[in-house]
Amino acid sequence: MSESGLKPIDAPEKKASDEEVIDLHGEYEASNVQDVLDRLDRELVGLHPVKTRIKEIAALLLVDRARKSFELTSETPTLHMSFTGNPGTGKTTVAMRIAEILHCLDYVREGHLVSVTRDDLVGQYIGHTAPKTKEVIKKAMGGVLFIDEAYYLYRPENERDYGQEAIEILLQVMENNRDDLVVILAGYKERMDTFFQSNPGFRSRIAHHIDFPDYSADELLEIGQLLLGQQNYCLSKAGEKAFSEYIDLRMKLPQFANGRSIRNALDRARLRQANRLFNSSLSRKFVKQDLMTLEAEDFYASRVFAEGELDRAQVFSI
Amino acid sequence: MRITQGTFSFLPELTDEQIKKQVKYCLDQNYAVNIEYTDDPHPRNTYWEMWGLPMFDLKDPAGVLMEINECRKTYPNHYIRVGAFDSERGTESLRISFIVNRPSHEPGFRLERTETDGRCIRYTAHSYARLSEPRGADK
Repeated sequence: MSESGLKPIDAPEKKASDEEVIDLHGEYEASNVQDVLDRLDRELVGLHPVKTRIKEIAALLLVDRARKSFELTSETPTLHMSFTGNPGTGKTTVAMRIAEILHCLDYVREGHLVSVTRDDLVGQYIGHTAPKTKEVIKKAMGGVLFIDEAYYLYRPENERDYGQEAIEILLQVMENNRDDLVVILAGYKERMDTFFQSNPGFRSRIAHHIDFPDYSADELLEIGQLLLGQQNYCLSKAGEKAFSEYIDLRMKLPQFANGRSIRNALDRARLRQANRLFNSSLSRKFVKQDLMTLEAEDFYASRVFAEGELDRAQVFSI
Repeated sequence: MRITQGTFSFLPELTDEQIKKQVKYCLDQNYAVNIEYTDDPHPRNTYWEMWGLPMFDLKDPAGVLMEINECRKTYPNHYIRVGAFDSERGTESLRISFIVNRPSHEPGFRLERTETDGRCIRYTAHSYARLSEPRGADK
């Protein structure tokens, strides 16, 4: 091109001189990262270690960008991550926010999130896996590839399992196409640990291991109220008390899935509220507030109270 | 003889960066990008071999470039072109197609003349690339 006298389409950016002053805060505000971080704070309750880490990553990328304008070359930081935590602790939601943040800071070009599980990566027969995995990777390029329950990729009990092939392709892409996509592996803590132990290649290629703590009862109540607010519902005084009692009991029961359990509980409470209103509709008329309010009885009717009592009775009887 | 088929074929070879930008444009228009290759550049050879499936739902050209490079690695001495299919109702056809790889030596075509009724002459073009290497004898 250059010998034909045409100018390259992208002229390289002008290098800043050594004395030039960089306004980091100004850059920070210009990048819209603050908006995304604020939203993260507002929409996600608790999760302090996670938020701190995300802020650190944002700071790193910002400083890196500033360094680049002085031509202080350093290797582009690897941002492949692993999210470990119990179900319903907000891993997918955080992954979506991370994609946005990375996009704001020009680390990824598009900033979309492609969320996949084993089924999307691993094929059914010989020669099926590689094209399948590559197709997913191509779709995720320029954005974030989120692999939920990543440990299912590796099945030690079956040595002919095609998961291994998907793992090899992923590792290769994570190394060679670092500028093109960010891979986030997610799953429950213990099983991810075994997964990393049996695949040391993954462990060393992932710079950030972020652990999602379980929510406390107060945080869960806050989440519930946030969810209700989004759907234009509210709790009566008695309803709030009943709901927090419900949370205390539910947390002790098996298969408790943090935020997800709360969402399901609220969905069921809405069902009961609708039923309650409908059954009393012959005898009375309603105002707007009636349609919005969840009462204590909408929660007390839950199976959890019966079972919780039962559990306690069992404990005492032993 | 330099083959001039498709868009940009009278320009110098596109660099990877330029290919990326063209592909990016196609993706932004919601076209499905595909890669094809052939050893026979005959103008009537419309359907080239497909390199994998057309790539749907891509957002970023890096994936396409990865496939182009794979194809170049496998067929360094073939013609490779990128096509972009527009599925919009009323169009439903290829919007753009350009060559991204060509053999180091392009032998061109041999013209065959056949005399028919009344001293009429019919012409047929044969690609030399095909003559020296019959179909199936891929390098």
